[in-house]
Amino acid sequence: MIRNLAARVFATLAIAGFFAPGVVFAIDSSEEFEDPKMQARYEKLTAELRCLVCQNQTIADSNAGLAVDLRRETRQMLLDGKTDDEIRTFMVERYGNFVLYRPPVDSNTLLLWGAPAILLLGGAIAAAVVIRRRTGMKFDDEEGDGLSHEESNA
Amino acid sequence: MIPELGQFALVIALCLALVQGVMPLAGAQTRNRMWMAIGKPAAAGQFVFVLLSFLVLTWAFIQNDFSVAYVANNSNSALPLLYRISAVWGAHEGSLLLWILVLNIWSISAIVGGRHLPKLFNARVIGVLGLVSVGFLAFILFTSNPFDRLIPAAMDGRDLNPLLQDPALAIHPPMLYFGYVGFAVPFAFAIAVLLEGRQGTDWARWAKPWATMSWVCLTLGIALGSWWAYYELGWGGWWFWDPVENASFMPWLMGTALIHSLSVTEKRGLFKSWTLLLAISAFSLSLLGTFLVRSGVLVSVHAFASDPERGLFILIFLCVVVGAALTLYAWRAPRMTSDAGFAAFSRESFLLANNILLVIATFVVLIGTLFPLVMDALGQGKYSVGPQYFAAVFIIPTLPMALLLGIGMHTAWKRDKWNRVSRHVRIGASLALVLAIAISLLAWDGGGVLSAIGIFAALWVMFAALVDPLAYLRKGQMRRMPLALWGMSIAHFGLGVFILGAVVTETYSVERDQALSVGESTSVGQFEFRFDDLRQVEGPNYTAVEGVISIFDDGEEIAVLYPQKRVYRVQQSPMTESGIDARLGRDLYVALGDPLGGNAWSLRVQYKPLVRLIWLGCIIMSIGGLVAVGDRRYRIARQDATARVPAGTARETG
Amino acid sequence: MWRYFLPIAFFVLLVGFFLRGLSLDPSEIPSPLLGKPAPAFELPSLDDPASTVGTDTMKGKVALLNVWGTWCGGCRQEHDTLMAIAATGEVPIYGLNWKDDPAAAREMLRQMGNPYVASGIDADGRVAIDWGVYGAPETFLLAADGTVIYKYIGPLNFGIWQQEILPLALQAKEQQP
Repeated sequence: MIRNLAARVFATLAIAGFFAPGVVFAIDSSEEFEDPKMQARYEKLTAELRCLVCQNQTIADSNAGLAVDLRRETRQMLLDGKTDDEIRTFMVERYGNFVLYRPPVDSNTLLLWGAPAILLLGGAIAAAVVIRRRTGMKFDDEEGDGLSHEESNA
Repeated sequence: MIPELGQFALVIALCLALVQGVMPLAGAQTRNRMWMAIGKPAAAGQFVFVLLSFLVLTWAFIQNDFSVAYVANNSNSALPLLYRISAVWGAHEGSLLLWILVLNIWSISAIVGGRHLPKLFNARVIGVLGLVSVGFLAFILFTSNPFDRLIPAAMDGRDLNPLLQDPALAIHPPMLYFGYVGFAVPFAFAIAVLLEGRQGTDWARWAKPWATMSWVCLTLGIALGSWWAYYELGWGGWWFWDPVENASFMPWLMGTALIHSLSVTEKRGLFKSWTLLLAISAFSLSLLGTFLVRSGVLVSVHAFASDPERGLFILIFLCVVVGAALTLYAWRAPRMTSDAGFAAFSRESFLLANNILLVIATFVVLIGTLFPLVMDALGQGKYSVGPQYFAAVFIIPTLPMALLLGIGMHTAWKRDKWNRVSRHVRIGASLALVLAIAISLLAWDGGGVLSAIGIFAALWVMFAALVDPLAYLRKGQMRRMPLALWGMSIAHFGLGVFILGAVVTETYSVERDQALSVGESTSVGQFEFRFDDLRQVEGPNYTAVEGVISIFDDGEEIAVLYPQKRVYRVQQSPMTESGIDARLGRDLYVALGDPLGGNAWSLRVQYKPLVRLIWLGCIIMSIGGLVAVGDRRYRIARQDATARVPAGTARETG
Repeated sequence: MWRYFLPIAFFVLLVGFFLRGLSLDPSEIPSPLLGKPAPAFELPSLDDPASTVGTDTMKGKVALLNVWGTWCGGCRQEHDTLMAIAATGEVPIYGLNWKDDPAAAREMLRQMGNPYVASGIDADGRVAIDWGVYGAPETFLLAADGTVIYKYIGPLNFGIWQQEILPLALQAKEQQP
């Protein structure tokens, strides 16, 4: 099965205190889809869904019985012609938002998805304010500081 | 008897730490020379007893003393000696002992390195470090004692988690700790500056080597963890945006901002209060990381045994240290102003942008990491935030930063002209552009626009970093190039190498899962992987099934790999050891999955181009940092003790 | 100069969340089915494969649905509690035998006692997925009209039954038309 590594794969160290279940990743050696597009969708979806049993693996990588079952369901839904969104909704209806590694865009997550852009805007404003203030202050172009010109440029 | 000595040593260390914490700070406030002077011997004493305690624990592991509960839970008589030693920091209690040992090593270094610093200032630095030590020693003694006895003693131990039985993972925690514990020193400097109300900027020059050295260690520590995860865990992944990984990455981002900001404060006396805030924040994030890993508030693969009671203790400690520091900041920092100016196009502006973007990156990671906790606390249900989120949003601040980097590093202080700078960098920029487009179109199977931009950014940073060394080379004056400039060029070059490795691997890797029987092959691109044999192998504390895989490049055999599926006898846990054929240009990666009956196994085969550049880039960055620390300007400290006292500080009695 | 107080203010906010977070369990996932109609199913009965067990069978009365399997240690742990709950006669317990061997399941009930009115055989786990089950044992409390009132994850003990489930069950019974 070819997997484009734009989809991330996960590692697990199940170091839970003293017990180490030593969870091993699963290799999904079931049949590939005939349609490469559907295969790509399958890989992308299973890499986005969280295994609730191991909790730190995607269902693509987990060995747990539940993960195997959910992969089977995903496969079946794709063959039935469901869209990616319908498959995700199926999962969320049963397991809640926890099951999505890519957080949905809803009223709760607006701040999450919007934060980087908002922060960038805020940063730009802060930079502008600081630069404006400093360009207004006097500065001599020559000021001795004990270091050579090259050193100053480091 | 001996383990009790270890515990007793910790008690003595705690008393000495109390002396070290309280007396010098009180002495500095009251100008009492004797109290200030007590700090050094107290610190030396604390170091001796903490080291003793650590050695006692190590001895217990080496001697297989299973009457100590911590040894019984993390070791085994069949465990090889190297791992019996690294098991000392394999779980919660022992790793805390390592933490306090590393803090002591940094404290002693700071004291020795600061012997020429003004006594008043130095006393406060020692005092702050002492108080931090008190917190950790108390935490260990009251909640996480590694010397607790197991009565009756166990016959044999539960063995170290097999995942930790690996040389890279043995060094990863110590290196990591040297990194983020090291930020305690700049933190202590910042507190000392604020307490003193110290004007002037010599403190920035004193703090910079400490900040840089911590940053170097942290870079290496994170890189070790990433490299280990790659070859050990069987996925071929190298970064997972796991909460605990993020917890180590945030101090790194903040530390990077700190060393750049220290430059500005050192050179121009600007951004003083900002730099102080960064120094406080870097260490605060380190402490926050300690809290997140051990309290159980986040779901993570790395989390130690989570225990809300311990979590509360750490949280209180965090509140006291960070709360006091930030309150002091709010109160004293407004006095730290300067009226130096700079033009819009100047190095100061670029470093300002660098700092803002790095802080935004830190916040982005923080928000993503804490979002599930916040939503749960607000009763909004359980959310997950995975790599799909982080990878997407992390580029938002970091791509502009990479693009600005090339220009900023060649821009002069105070005022510069675009024409002058562009002359230096336009060749590099054009070359980067051409190469990026060419690679995206021709190499491997062709990539998209995003990868082209990423490759351009990587090459742009690399070429921009070469400009200064090449200029000196052309003039035949390489030996006159200041170490700080060498350091900057090397470190930035390393960053470019890292970006290149990361972008290319993520875009162009190919992975194939397949069921194979012995004798069959599969291929990826021009490489054929033939499953030659399957056999049983016995290790010191495990049994394994080993596959023999031959790799052919266009028909010619180039490597034989031996991936294993191990079962460690004591814990009965399965583990994968992947087989890797490593070259600078690409890795070929094979891992065994599960037996499918008969002689068939599921196999994962991967082709990963330029993946080694990820860790090579980190190593180069660290070398750059090390070189920069060697610059002569950080060695003029001897003059500082007798230098004229800047206006604003009280007269010293030292 | 208020902006110098922003860092400490932000920190205090964070600490507030952490404090709250210490009493939460991030790995426990509540059920999105609460307050919603139970996912419909009809499965062959464990005792008599010719007849079926399903949401229709359970309708009309307040009932418990317990997800179990012979492979599940926690299920064996809670078995005595289930027997005790069944003995009270307050609420009938139906079982969902999840991905199990029917013969072994029958044997286990023969040996340890059968608290279930009937158990459905969920051989491929589809029904469990519909119910959002991720780790046995799990127990659902259903109202007479088939609404999911409550879900407990993990082995039951009699204390949980008395303090949490029984009050809700009695309340649901009163509201029955």
